[in-house]
Amino acid sequence: MTASFIILAALTVAGTAAAMGLRNAVHCVLALTLGFAGVAMLYLQLGAQFVGFTQILVYVGAVAILAVFAIMMTHNDKPMALPDSSSAWVSGCIVAAAVFAVLARAIVSTAPSAQAQPQPVAPVQQIGDALMHRFVLPLEIMGLLLTAALIGAVVIAMDRREEMK
Amino acid sequence: MNSLQSYLLLSSLLFSIGLVGALTRRNAILVLIGIELMLNAANLNFIAFWRYGPAPQALTGIMFAIFSISIAAAEAAVGLSIILAAYRHSRTTDLNQMNSLKG
Repeated sequence: MTASFIILAALTVAGTAAAMGLRNAVHCVLALTLGFAGVAMLYLQLGAQFVGFTQILVYVGAVAILAVFAIMMTHNDKPMALPDSSSAWVSGCIVAAAVFAVLARAIVSTAPSAQAQPQPVAPVQQIGDALMHRFVLPLEIMGLLLTAALIGAVVIAMDRREEMK
Repeated sequence: MNSLQSYLLLSSLLFSIGLVGALTRRNAILVLIGIELMLNAANLNFIAFWRYGPAPQALTGIMFAIFSISIAAAEAAVGLSIILAAYRHSRTTDLNQMNSLKG
């Protein structure tokens, strides 16, 4: 564990915890971008540059902005949603803590692998080669899925009352 | 504790934070964000296992993470548009008040 890992981990956990704990939904999404950026920097630290920058483009750039738009479009003048009931909060925290305890126990009790490995490299050229040769069928399916999701999102979110007039 | 274990612990902590959000928040958009956080934790696992795994030249961990990020983007777009459509119908995003499937 290096100092940079500890800093990045603290940043990520703080951002995501604030995103799940703050009252104001817009503040939640702003804190969430911090958490996503922290995860992207962890990818960079692990040597996966392409995935790190994809994470910034997709999550910080697209998903967070989409969530902000959705929150603003569903904002209404009614008073803020009632505070989450404390019993639901406590039981949810207990369930999550139990899940974390099980996972952490499984991770810590596993014997660590012996030798430290050299940092692998993943140049973009190799990734492109792999996408175009070995993974070309999943890539095509992904393109189909993204097209279907794009059309589906537009159709679902379209306001049908206007075309009926 | 070696580096792989610390990355796995961090990602299980992220998963638990996302789980807390998905279980306790009452705003539908924030529940969706909690699910995105859980997906991010899984992606961090893929990359950590790629980095410390036996055959990093095969790039399978990176490919899995890339495809998983694309799936998550599609899921977020469709999920948020469903929330928008439900909001237009029931004028709320509070999950306690969105309790009917019938229009």
